[in-house]
Amino acid sequence: MENIRNFCIIAHIDHGKSTLADRLLEYTNTVSKKDSQAQVLDDMDLERERGITIKSHAIQMDYERNGIKYTLNLIDTPGHVDFSYEVSRSIAACEGALLIVDAAQGIQAQTISNLYLALGSDLTIIPILNKIDLPSAEPEVVKDQIVDLLGCDREEILAASGKTGMGVHEILSAIVDRIPHPKGDPKAPLKALIFDSVFNSFRGIIAYFRIMDGEIRKGDHVKFAAADSEYHADEIGILKLTKTPRDVVKTGDVGYIISGIKEAKEVKVGDTLTHVARPCLENIAGFEEVKPMVFAGIYPVDTDEYEELRGAIEKLQLNDASLVFEPESSAALGFGFRCGFLGMLHMEIIQERLEREFNMTVITTVPNVSYHAYLTNGTDMIVNNPSDFPEPNYMDRIEEPYIRATIITKAEFTGAVMTLCILKRGNIINQSYLTTDRVELIFDMPMAEIVFDFYDKLKSISKGYASFDYHQTGYKESDLVRLDIKLNGEPVDALSALIHRDHSFTFGKKICEKLKELMTRQQFEIIIQAAIGAKIIARETVKALRKDVTAKCYGGDISRKRKLLEKQKEGKKRMRQVGNVEIPQQAFMAILKLDS
Amino acid sequence: MAGLYLHIPFCKQACTYCDFHFSTSMQTREELVTALITEIKLQADYLPSKTLDTIYFGGGTPSLLSVDELERIFDQIQQYFTINKGAEITLEANPDDLTLAYLRKLRHTNVNRLSIGIQSFREQDLKMMNRAHTAKQAERVVPEAADTGFENLSIDLIYGIPDLKMDGWKKNLDKALALPVNHLSCYCLTVEPRTALAWQVEKGISKAVDDDEAANQYEWLIEKTEVAGIPWYEISNFGKPGFESQHNSNYWKGIPYLGIGPSAHSYNGKNRQWNIRNNPLYIKSINDKKIPFEEEFLTEAQRFNETVLTSLRTRNGLSKEAILKVATEDSWKKIKSQAEIKIANGLIIEKENSLQLTVKGLLLADAIASEFFLL
Repeated sequence: MENIRNFCIIAHIDHGKSTLADRLLEYTNTVSKKDSQAQVLDDMDLERERGITIKSHAIQMDYERNGIKYTLNLIDTPGHVDFSYEVSRSIAACEGALLIVDAAQGIQAQTISNLYLALGSDLTIIPILNKIDLPSAEPEVVKDQIVDLLGCDREEILAASGKTGMGVHEILSAIVDRIPHPKGDPKAPLKALIFDSVFNSFRGIIAYFRIMDGEIRKGDHVKFAAADSEYHADEIGILKLTKTPRDVVKTGDVGYIISGIKEAKEVKVGDTLTHVARPCLENIAGFEEVKPMVFAGIYPVDTDEYEELRGAIEKLQLNDASLVFEPESSAALGFGFRCGFLGMLHMEIIQERLEREFNMTVITTVPNVSYHAYLTNGTDMIVNNPSDFPEPNYMDRIEEPYIRATIITKAEFTGAVMTLCILKRGNIINQSYLTTDRVELIFDMPMAEIVFDFYDKLKSISKGYASFDYHQTGYKESDLVRLDIKLNGEPVDALSALIHRDHSFTFGKKICEKLKELMTRQQFEIIIQAAIGAKIIARETVKALRKDVTAKCYGGDISRKRKLLEKQKEGKKRMRQVGNVEIPQQAFMAILKLDS
Repeated sequence: MAGLYLHIPFCKQACTYCDFHFSTSMQTREELVTALITEIKLQADYLPSKTLDTIYFGGGTPSLLSVDELERIFDQIQQYFTINKGAEITLEANPDDLTLAYLRKLRHTNVNRLSIGIQSFREQDLKMMNRAHTAKQAERVVPEAADTGFENLSIDLIYGIPDLKMDGWKKNLDKALALPVNHLSCYCLTVEPRTALAWQVEKGISKAVDDDEAANQYEWLIEKTEVAGIPWYEISNFGKPGFESQHNSNYWKGIPYLGIGPSAHSYNGKNRQWNIRNNPLYIKSINDKKIPFEEEFLTEAQRFNETVLTSLRTRNGLSKEAILKVATEDSWKKIKSQAEIKIANGLIIEKENSLQLTVKGLLLADAIASEFFLL
């Protein structure tokens, strides 16, 4: 146990976490240089392409110094705010963290919030200035930021380049010297923290754990405390580049267990793994059930593919327990699912995985957050869907979730960021200068306002420099309305949105304009209306199509024309119909594309 | 009943809108005419009948053929087919080719109907579309053809040209109706993909056709021709009673036709086939005694769709009789019930056992036809 070091890496996207991790693996001969493909740890295609980590990973390295052999367990964590709970559990499995900061870009909001999580768990932080070889690097300025943030000595900050390998030996030494070895009682009952799980189509769920006390042996009868389920440890082992089976994994170490678990939801991140016969007295603190924050309907583009979509979502849920779904139906879109996501990135990822891994084209409806409605009859309900929005006369009040948003930006963009956040109903809580030209702004904001079109806006007004992080703070009463869209008088349920009354007029007008642009002309006039209850607040008209006819239809034209019209008709099958109005697929995405 | 189509794939110059098969290189002209003559022999058994009711020289520009070449082709046709007495024999012709001398010689061939590609009487339109003739030639050609003794004359006009506008169109149409013609074909300018016009529109050199403007011009056309006694009998075709193009009408009735020449299509009631769209490859293959074609056999649904598509374009409309040739009584009932909303919206009128498009409906013929389609 004295020779084990467990650590994670805290870094902002693009600050070089994965490349530096690759170097660590290479210098410890965990992977040979020729076998290494970029970003060894990010094994999902999507992760590699986007340069983001979605799942937590773990890898064990052997490192020898002065004749002593050390076991270094690197636990790689997702970097995005959507996955902050997963990050917190990975941090809880470690004693130390490498804080990687891009020497050119400096500290970002995301890094700070994860750093606070790490400091809160008493982790030893090793600050590393990465990409030191870049011409635009400003090592002294960024060092100032780090010193301010950590209160460490300048000398403690290591300089490195993942690209050239500079500083990697120093990092390995610092891991051994600075990070404390795990402490735990080898004699005590088994107590292991589950920090992630992956799904393997042959083996089922493979759960990753860190042993706090005791040890686990192959064949042990074990239980997951919060899930309250029992299994036999069919296989246990440690995580080298590939899974390496062992008969025993001891106190302080990181390993995996395969026990015939079929679905991800049976293994909860943060849960405690212990023995059935001799359970630990207390479970590991900090366990939470994952709670989806953002909800949207997902429908197959082709209505015949409902069952296939269900199959695909179920399979995704096997390895992503944070995805929740239930069947729902819409008059406009037919049968589909209301899905809950950890955040917008998570939603995008699920949508993309459905398309890539399952070849499903889907329509996603306007995302919304989860509201609490209190009814006049004294009961309350959760509203995850505009269609659940209670009739105003039955509703006493409705509350919406608020977040504390942290934005770090260059000082010159402060004004623009403030304007945006205030427009999004934010209240500024604090403004402080991290350095002379970097400002941290903290806002109290309704979460609904960041669900769409916030992050992109923020990036564009700050020329890409602002970084953003948030956590949910609670619920506050709100003046919400349901905005309905009607086409020739028929409401289109899939286009309804829950929105603050103050924004409803502008929003209604914009959505009508956008729809006018996206609707195809039909043989009759289409009237697009935005309504709150019976009150029409905006209206647009799509003129009737007057001309759709081929000029020539002679010997050679007949079959060509027939094929063309058959193809068009086939394409129309993918359109949805409300009343007699056909709605093209992209119209359902209209709200996501509004520039407000 | 059967028709023969001959494709003459040469033009002096390329009209910007045209997506038919043609070449502006005359190098292979000799060989091509010989190949056409050979193909007539090779295809002699394609049609269910050996008697021809119509012959149509299309293109390309058939008026580029010399009278000698035409005679050689007719000789071969008569070798393998019987040309019915009173058969309609049309030659598409451009005004610049129809000199008095050519017209006089042509008068002595079997050709008894001319379809003249005037398109517009306005110089700027002809230039814009890169037509080979002048406005002057356009005005001169019809009276001269009539004087030569051609009684069956048709001219082509194009509306919807960006700068033509309603006023220009009215003048063009008035000029056309004042001529000794008994048939008109009027086409809306269409931007077909991979044409010079498509490229010009994309680059902003040429304006796109305005649908509303074109629709107004079409409505005027329908009204005006009706008054002039050359009423519409198909979306783009207008004729004095008894002078409707038989050859083209037969396409819409599903009557078999044989197409000779590169890119020509044939239909024998069951299969459709079409020759390769390339002059040298066509010639090479025919010289090897092989017809260079692709074919498709129509499914029941496809035959049904073609019937709907072509019949709805005609003034007779989609009849129960036509449907019963390709489908059942139930299909007819289904069509009638689908048509109800269109009738209510003024797009279709119901006659005894047939459905006919109104003027408003004619402008939406494609959209309406495809709604009846089976997939």
